[in-house]
Amino acid sequence: MRFTLNGQHRRVNAHPMRRLLDVLREDCALTGTKEGCGEGECGACTVLVDGAPVNSCLVPVAHVDGARVTTIEGLNGRHPLQRAFVEHGGAQCGICTPGMIMAAVALGKRPTPDQMKTGLAGNLCRCTGYSAIYRSIDEAGKGINRRGRGARGVKKTQSSRSGSGRNGRITGKTS
Amino acid sequence: MARTTKSVGRNVLRKEGVEKVTGAARYIDDLTFPNLLHARTIRSTIPCGEITGVRHNFDTAGFTIVDHRDVPGKNIVALIDDDQPCLAERLIRHAAEPILLLAHEHRETLVAADVQIDYRRAPPVYDPEASQTTFKTIAIEKGRLDEGFAAADLIVEGEYRTGHQEQLYIEPNGVVALPENGGITVYGSMQCPYYVHRALMVLLGLPGDKVRVIQTETGGGFGGKEEYPSMIAGHAALLAKKSGRPVKLVYDRVEDMLATTKRHPSIVRHRTGVTREGRLTAMDIEAVFDGGAYATLSGVVLSRGLIHASGPYRCDHIRIRGRAMMTNTPPNGAFRGFGAPQTQFAAEVHMDRIADALGLDPVRVREINALRPGDTTATGQRLGRDCSARQVLREAVKRTDFRRRRRALAGTNRGIGLSLFFHGSGFTGGGEVKLASKASLALTERGVRILAASTEIGQGTRTMLAQIVADTMGLPYDSVEVNAADTGEVPDSGPTVASRTCMVVGRILQRCAEDMRERLGRLTPREYLRRHGPLVVTKAYERPAEMSWDDNSHQGDAYGSHGWGCDVVELEVDRDTWEVKPIAFTTVHEIGKAIHPRLATGQIEGGSAQGLGYALLEHVVMRDGRMANASLTDYSIPTTLDAPPLQVVMLENPYKHGPFGAKGVGEMPIDGSAPAVINALRHAGFDLRAIPATPEKLMAADVLPRSPQRTQRISPPKISASLAASAVSS
Repeated sequence: MRFTLNGQHRRVNAHPMRRLLDVLREDCALTGTKEGCGEGECGACTVLVDGAPVNSCLVPVAHVDGARVTTIEGLNGRHPLQRAFVEHGGAQCGICTPGMIMAAVALGKRPTPDQMKTGLAGNLCRCTGYSAIYRSIDEAGKGINRRGRGARGVKKTQSSRSGSGRNGRITGKTS
Repeated sequence: MARTTKSVGRNVLRKEGVEKVTGAARYIDDLTFPNLLHARTIRSTIPCGEITGVRHNFDTAGFTIVDHRDVPGKNIVALIDDDQPCLAERLIRHAAEPILLLAHEHRETLVAADVQIDYRRAPPVYDPEASQTTFKTIAIEKGRLDEGFAAADLIVEGEYRTGHQEQLYIEPNGVVALPENGGITVYGSMQCPYYVHRALMVLLGLPGDKVRVIQTETGGGFGGKEEYPSMIAGHAALLAKKSGRPVKLVYDRVEDMLATTKRHPSIVRHRTGVTREGRLTAMDIEAVFDGGAYATLSGVVLSRGLIHASGPYRCDHIRIRGRAMMTNTPPNGAFRGFGAPQTQFAAEVHMDRIADALGLDPVRVREINALRPGDTTATGQRLGRDCSARQVLREAVKRTDFRRRRRALAGTNRGIGLSLFFHGSGFTGGGEVKLASKASLALTERGVRILAASTEIGQGTRTMLAQIVADTMGLPYDSVEVNAADTGEVPDSGPTVASRTCMVVGRILQRCAEDMRERLGRLTPREYLRRHGPLVVTKAYERPAEMSWDDNSHQGDAYGSHGWGCDVVELEVDRDTWEVKPIAFTTVHEIGKAIHPRLATGQIEGGSAQGLGYALLEHVVMRDGRMANASLTDYSIPTTLDAPPLQVVMLENPYKHGPFGAKGVGEMPIDGSAPAVINALRHAGFDLRAIPATPEKLMAADVLPRSPQRTQRISPPKISASLAASAVSS
């Protein structure tokens, strides 16, 4: 089997029905692609085949013969989404993150909220409730680097005498 | 004294963030070792009975086979009651009980091996109320119930039920065990390396220095990797010891769902006295938790559940009784919230029914009864100034324009509801004293290194602890390193559970940092090392002097501090398909101090979404003691299409013993979503008392009169008889 893996020509000697996921992780030693369910429900194993997101646990390697396969390693840590996922909380435990980022890459540069919802519906995240993932994608689209700054929209919204603590004040933050 | 904080309260880059977004982070299944064997667990297929024979219908050459006779130490998963065998000997108590372990170097050969187990069946028990085996009984009493009821104008009763919930971390449980140095080394996905360490010592009969446990990057836990890793690590270790080779045991999704722990199902009954004005005069609460086949953590889950069972409300006369019962299903265990989501679901749905019965709005009845500083909880804990129940309620009502919205939606297919809740931070009662957690700081050339067994499982442990240490020492955040949670290198800072890591372990490390700062004086770390050599500072947990607790009576200061929360959910009901769609979700959380606002927001958003799943989607179907929908196809958690926009508001009212005022934050977010959803459904006209509120349940639910204010009286008591009966049997 021959295919282009992250821009490099690759030849693997594998049974044609072997899962692309296993070929990537075991034969090619690219363990960034994760297995969460093995039945195409969670999307942790999402990679791009000719630019389209697929669940690599459902794809026999024969299907990618002659195709272009891109995994999280293929982004070389330089994709704006990667930085944004770190900075804006899109990654918590990180196990869904490679698949989520690959699915987000497939959404193009400035997806609308509806496109994000629909496009990521096959990628489960148990940590974030998805809000921080949307924010990360939005920020990547804007190309804004906010490293180290305070939370967006932090403001004092309330002070209270009855609930006064160390500094006699309750402060509010809005995310 | 007060130093300018530089990273606390700011969104510094998370320590392992880059590794997680590039695919470089190494999770357990990413590790491989020379001569590695793969492992498989042969489990019982019946829920109750005994083993009469085991037959290997395969060529055993090349296999390592382990059963209970291969256990060199005690055949138990050491935890609290030590009643669970690591491998079944004769008796079977649930339908996923491990009996036999196989290892082989080829996965295909391993999977093909056919083992036949013969059984003698016995009748199983699935109804916790019919069970004859009680794991734990707890009673909490405050005041005199009869006096409280005598002062009531109205008594409101109700029964509330919650189902199992699967933690559904996206990375399944897994470990690799290596025979090393005459002992064993285990790498794994886990929350509590020292739980695993102790369990392996007991199972293998090894001294502590012959057992080493190293946490690998962990793809979510939510409690599901609190106690279960001790079991799976034991299995891999037994195979590794016998074969003399590294053994990898990583569950697939189906096995993980079938065999590992879930949230305890609950039945909670309330009988509440209220005055006409809405003041609570008496609360009589009874809870039954389904523990599954072995005690595991059920007693402590029950304890936390009961302590939270009266909700964040003041009442002089309270009785809370509860029991954790054995059933022939896989053991239920830790899950974010640890009993409190179950009991506060009941308390909060009941509160809306009280409001309805009195013709009061749900905000008013909570305003009247919400705990204030100086009030006492059910356990008699006097609350300090860090009690913020009314503040979170008011903020949530204001942010959502709740009352106006409620009037506007009345009589439509939409409903809006709220819940008020609290959550104790840290281990319950004397738990932290018993744990006696330790953490250390070691001086490095550039700064310091944190040595603690507290694990990063997505919540940001490494980052948040480093911020606390950096600011306490006046060092840049980047100069604080965090050691791997490796029992060979770090002290036991306790399990990563119970919303304790920031507040409790963070405070221990802050004290280490204060000490180290003093020792350094005006020297830089490098100068100090040159002059005086290596420096390590270790501190242990110190109980705040004002705290006291009596475990027998369950009286006293249950928690150092509490977080406070209020959720508001607006949802829409499709009256053709009976599907419920959350439209908007607002939550106000008071957490003392947000060390890292974005991480804290992530905890609140994620926990709230899990709570929405618990409320509406997540239905564990148990059939013959076995999860019948053990796959991600058949068990639904919220997807992007299910999760509504989440609005998070954080308030800060500092706890004086928390680092920079911080309380716990991890668990509380899951306490409030489910009752808020059910209360919103009540507003939309559906009288539901159980979750998950699946379309089937909605279709069958009693429909309430669709008016914003209902004044009918609650029907006369109909559960007194069963209460009396259970009092006799317990």
